[in-house]
Amino acid sequence: MNCFIMILLIKNLIMFITYGVYFMEIKKVQDEKKLTVLLEGKLDTNTAPELDEELKTSLDGIEDLIFDFNDLQYISSSGLRVLLATQKTMNKQGAMKIINVNDFIMEVFDATGFIDVMDIE
Amino acid sequence: MENVTINSDLLELDNIFDKLDFLLSEYDYNPKLVMQLKLAVEEIFTNICNYAYDDKDGMVVLSLETNPSPLSITIKFEDHGSYFNPLDISNPDTNLTAEEREIGGLGIFLVKKNVDEIQYENIDGKNVLTIKKHLI
Repeated sequence: MNCFIMILLIKNLIMFITYGVYFMEIKKVQDEKKLTVLLEGKLDTNTAPELDEELKTSLDGIEDLIFDFNDLQYISSSGLRVLLATQKTMNKQGAMKIINVNDFIMEVFDATGFIDVMDIE
Repeated sequence: MENVTINSDLLELDNIFDKLDFLLSEYDYNPKLVMQLKLAVEEIFTNICNYAYDDKDGMVVLSLETNPSPLSITIKFEDHGSYFNPLDISNPDTNLTAEEREIGGLGIFLVKKNVDEIQYENIDGKNVLTIKKHLI
């Protein structure tokens, strides 16, 4: 068991050293039933699963979910998929919105119709 | 023209982007257009990695060619996996509500929206997808 954890840790360390600059940072700020998720970097095919995992355990009891994209540079369909799945979840338990979206990401939201399906500022 | 042969592994994506950055470094380009290009490249490469070779790895040959004036780039993706013409896929209905929206189908749609030209050919059993985009 320890061996497995060690291998996992070493693998993550190597990934971080190799790809460090490409990782995405996720910061969460929770205030009772309101959760703000701040993303930094890129939400792409390699980083979207990380966000997906993180959200799986974070949304219980949350009625107000805010994604702050102020430091997010880029999004691809993998990221859109995670956001859509999250929107469907939040539609059942509260509200979700995305703020501080840059021009590039806004265009992606616009082209895909996400701008009509989500609350985006 | 630069040819790159890589494994159908999503982690190679950043290597492809590095190659692109290097190729374009000597030119003046519109950064937003390059970001759109990278989005298209990611979506195409992701599809190849996920679908072309089932669960096995396979090689993907990329060729990148810049045309200097006005600045544009042509990128060709070649794989020898199962037949897949992304242009066969119909666009998602962007008017549906969140509940009605399908989770998938967005990748190719974003490619089409972000390149100027796109063409598919099946040559000797290989999938060959060519995109072209102006970068000024």
